[in-house]
Amino acid sequence: MTAHRLLFLLPLLIFGTLAVWFAEGLGRDPHLVPSALIDKPVPSFALPALPGYAHGLTSADLATGEPQMLNVFASWCVPCRAEQPVLLRLAREQGVALRGLASRDKPEDAAAWLATAGNPFRSVGADVDNRVAIDFGVYGAPESFIIDGEGRIRYKHIGPLTPEDVRQTILPVLAQLKRH
Amino acid sequence: MSIRAVLLITLIVLGQAGWCPLARAVLPDEMLSNPLLEARARTISQDLRCLVCQNQSIDDSNAPLARDLRVLVRERLKAGDSDEAVVAYVTARYGDFARLNPPFQANTWLLWLGPLAVVLVGGGGTVWWLRSRAGAGALGAASQSLSAEEQSRLAEVLGRKG
Repeated sequence: MTAHRLLFLLPLLIFGTLAVWFAEGLGRDPHLVPSALIDKPVPSFALPALPGYAHGLTSADLATGEPQMLNVFASWCVPCRAEQPVLLRLAREQGVALRGLASRDKPEDAAAWLATAGNPFRSVGADVDNRVAIDFGVYGAPESFIIDGEGRIRYKHIGPLTPEDVRQTILPVLAQLKRH
Repeated sequence: MSIRAVLLITLIVLGQAGWCPLARAVLPDEMLSNPLLEARARTISQDLRCLVCQNQSIDDSNAPLARDLRVLVRERLKAGDSDEAVVAYVTARYGDFARLNPPFQANTWLLWLGPLAVVLVGGGGTVWWLRSRAGAGALGAASQSLSAEEQSRLAEVLGRKG
């Protein structure tokens, strides 16, 4: 076969390459959009506390020298309910510093939810109008941000955390940040 | 119903769908009193992606996040931001993915120029193929005329039909 003849295989080759490429793309979850804020400092904010709690949440609380995880939740958010046991174990068994952002939620509803489900957070900010969540580029609760000691966002997890997520990403990322 | 009424209704429906972009997801309480600013807000929000539904603009979407962003866009405009500054404000938080009309830059040149490249390669290939075929045809012209046997067969078929 001459080179001239082989040229007829070219369209097939191009088609095959594109088909594999697109098939790979079909398997991806379009909601897992990478954060634009990775390695950037947390936005500056100061949020009031939930009723019955002493502390709210400010950007200074997220730059205390120790890596922390900020969890965006709401009492109306169903996947957050699935995630809650994972968060509680993370705080109680692994000693991870968790902070909460009660996104688009009535402060009293968020407080009632934490009272029934258990509170894994060191402090929670009441983000009633969702403005701080927007500054963090949040699409929808639940989302979790890992923040280093200097208050820079280093990792973002979209959707509820599973025990596998914790084992495979959250704990390794936190351990790596602690070492530095 | 008279034919005139039917025509009138059709015109109204088509008119609204076609060239009269009525407020879609935008609620009256979100709108700005300054019509110039409101018009700019509409234009900007039609180019910003609703990040929850992804293939709707925030102008189209009823998602709560889309509403928050619409209100935010209007606030930035009232504060005196330019259109570009408003879009930059949103992309600083949500990335370029938030733009339904992605800018031409280092990581999007393939997106913008890819279709052109496909047309050029395909078109060029087609021209090349047609030319080489025409060349082969000129060389083998003898094979294109019919043999005596084929001529008589053709006459026979045509004769039978006619």
